[in-house]
Formats: sequence, structure tokens, C-alpha cells
Amino acid sequence: MDFEWAIFLETLPSLARGAWVTAQLAVGSAIFGLLIGVLGGLARVSSRPILRRLAEVYVTLIRGLPLLVILLFLYYGLPSVGLLLPAGAVAILALAMTNGAYVTEIVRSGIESVDRGQMRAARSLGMSYALAMRRIILPQAIRRVLAPLTNESITLVKNTALVSVIAISDLLRAGVDAMTWKANTFSPFAGVGLFYLVLTLPLLALTGWLERRYRIH
Amino acid sequence: MLLIRNLHKQYGSQIVLRGIDLSVTRGEVVVLIGPSGSGKSTLLSCINFLEPFEQGEVRVDGEPVGWTTGSDGMRLRQTERELDRLRRGIGIVFQQFNLFPHLSVIGNLIEAPVHVLGQVPEAARAEALKILAKVGLSEKANAYPGDLSGGQQQRVAIARCLMMKPKLMLFDEVTSALDPELVGEVLAVMKQLKEDGMTMLVVTHEMGFAREAADRVVLMDAGLIVEQGHPDTLFANPQEARTRAFLSRFTGGPSS
Repeated sequence: MDFEWAIFLETLPSLARGAWVTAQLAVGSAIFGLLIGVLGGLARVSSRPILRRLAEVYVTLIRGLPLLVILLFLYYGLPSVGLLLPAGAVAILALAMTNGAYVTEIVRSGIESVDRGQMRAARSLGMSYALAMRRIILPQAIRRVLAPLTNESITLVKNTALVSVIAISDLLRAGVDAMTWKANTFSPFAGVGLFYLVLTLPLLALTGWLERRYRIH
Repeated sequence: MLLIRNLHKQYGSQIVLRGIDLSVTRGEVVVLIGPSGSGKSTLLSCINFLEPFEQGEVRVDGEPVGWTTGSDGMRLRQTERELDRLRRGIGIVFQQFNLFPHLSVIGNLIEAPVHVLGQVPEAARAEALKILAKVGLSEKANAYPGDLSGGQQQRVAIARCLMMKPKLMLFDEVTSALDPELVGEVLAVMKQLKEDGMTMLVVTHEMGFAREAADRVVLMDAGLIVEQGHPDTLFANPQEARTRAFLSRFTGGPSS
């Protein structure tokens, strides 16, 4: 084992910059992932077969493909059809698409867990389907799936490590660079692990708290 | 106020309503009784088209519900927007209350007036407090449904309907999910509504309420109306064997 305190402390600043990039990627793709997931979840329970089918194909495809493959496919594939996006945008796109598929299924299960009487009551008061969804069903559904949603965002944080294969200086990339530069493995990677835990542990604690708070009986 | 003609409803191959004809005049209280599975609740859900029906006609205050006749005489299904508008005028109270658990009592009351009718929240709140006073729940305005007893929840559900100023109110076994000691407070509110002149169609197993409050009692069985009449006549002197069989299961029915 080649751990050295001096190298560990020396590499912390560059790792912190990488952790900041990772955090930005995670937050950015979590926001878009949630957006995709809510729209996807609504499509999954829609009365229109075409929407249901589209959402189902999307979820199935994403769940069946490795994220690394999607990432590389978008990074190298999009320029060949004339779409040149910065690496950061490709990373967020790939992460959000993946996260969105899982969030779609979580949101769908949330919507389906709300008693059917809620929709009946809302519609009987003259509310449109869209208004009833927005004001009555979704607020209850989201509340019930906050714990699994937070849990999914932990997976998202960890998945960001894959973007180091395209030109992004995220936390893992910073660690690998430091390892090469300092010819030392354990010291920088102790820092990498530490920073990932700093990002994920609060989310883990939040999941646990939400599970206790909004337990479905 | 309410006119139903030759109403049929089926789920798949199961026929639930086999041709219902019923009319309710303004201010009248009609009580629907009958064995479970006779189609009473389905009938109520067809009146505001929460359950779409295929055949027959429903009119509320002269306006057709669910289906209209096009200029070429073809039967056309109404748009969702048109149905939303019609449903505002038809209140329905459910067996399971169906209050919105994430909203306070007053939030439940003002939800539709503010977001459907576009009322100013302050005005809707003032109106809500008046209506809550009427159902005896002024002090519960800021409580959440989960903190209320079943009887209180059902009174809130009635108040929520009243906020929309319905022309007609439908009650779907509204006391069946309540503990016996809580039934009275809900029935009292309904009797008060009758005094105020509300037109009501009530599905219930509370024969006491039917006797005291109904202008007319209608017995349904197997998707058809078997017999109807003034409660005094119908309970004392039922004409049909099926009515006698049904009433004999309730204490206070004809003792033959």
C-alpha cells in the first residue's frame, strides 16, 4: 500500500474541482431526468395508446442498454449526423435520458398508488383531466415516491463517474490524472472515495428520512 | 331537473343497467334502494358520465349529458370540456368521501371554485367558511382530512360539493362507510339540504332516512326499476314481490 498523507493533501484541491463538476452534472441531469420522468410517467398512464406505447419503448430501450454504450454512442454518433454538442451537454443528455427512464417507472407507480376515487372526485367537481393530475394526483404521487426518487439520484451521482471516458474532468477523471501525475494510487483515490461519499451520504440519509416520513401503509 | 330515459350500461358482457326511466323534479328528494349489485351506484355515476353509458339519455336541467344529437341526427359523444362544464352543476358525494388528503379542509372546499370557476381565493374562502358553518365544522377549517372522523370527513365532502352551487346532488351510500354513531350527523346535514330546497337523488340503506326525508322511494333490482312511490305507501303496502322480499330484510319493514 502506497498511501501518503502529503500526496493525499496535495491532490485534494484538484479533486475538489472534479467533485464540483460531478455535482453540477448530477444536479443538471437530475433536473432534466425528473422532467422526463414526470412526462414519461404521465404518458405511461395516459388513455392514448400511442403515448403509452412510446413511453414503454423508451423505458425498455434505456433499461436494456448500458449507460456507457449510450454515452459513447451519443458522444461519437451525434457529430456524424452534424450535431456537435459540448461534452458536458452530451453527458447531461445521456445521464438524464437514463435517469428519466427509471424516474418514469417510479412516477408511474406513484400515480397508480393514488386511490382512483381521487380522480373521480376531482372530475366530478368539473376539473379537467390535466388539472386533476396537476393539482390532485401528482402532488400525492410525488410525495409517496420521494424516497425512491432520492435513491435514484444516488445512482445518478455514481453513474456520473462514467463520463470520465469522454473529455470531462469530473471527480474520477481528476483522480486518475492525479494518480498518473503523482505515480501513486491510494492517496488520490482515498480522496476520490471521500468526495463521492460527501456527495452521496447526505442523499442516503435523506432517503432514509423520507422513507420513515412517507411510509405507505 | 333530472330526466333519465331508457338508460343502459354494461361492463364488457355484464349488463348492469337494463333500461332505466326516472325523473326527478326540482326540489324533490328521491331515495334509491335495492340489493347490492342492483345497479344503483352505477346509475349515479352515469348521471354525471363518470361512467360512460352507451344507450339511453340523461338530461340535467334540460341539458343532455354525455351524448348530443348532431345536425345530421347522429349521436355524438360530448367533448371532455363540455362534460367538465356540466359536471360543475351536478354534485356527487361518495361512500369513501374521497377528500383530497394533501389539502386542508378549506383547501378542499376552494380547490374547484378557484381553479375551475376562477374565483378569487379570498372570496372562495369567505364562502367556504359560511358553508362549513352550515355543516357544523367551522372550527375544522384548517384541519387535514386525516385528522377528522368519518362523519366529519363526509360533511366536508358535502360542503365541497355545495361550493360549486350544484343544481342537483347525488349521494352514493354516503353513510355506509361510517361507524353507526356517526351516521346521524351526516343524515342531519342532508335533511337540512332538503329544507333548503336542494334536488337530491340518494342511494342508501338507511330506511329511516327514506321514511322521513324522501318524497319518493325507488326500488331497483337487477338493473331495472321495480317499484316506486311515496315512502308511506311503498313501505306500508309494497305491490311487488321483490319489494316485499327486499324490505323484509330491514327491521321495521312490513311484518307479513
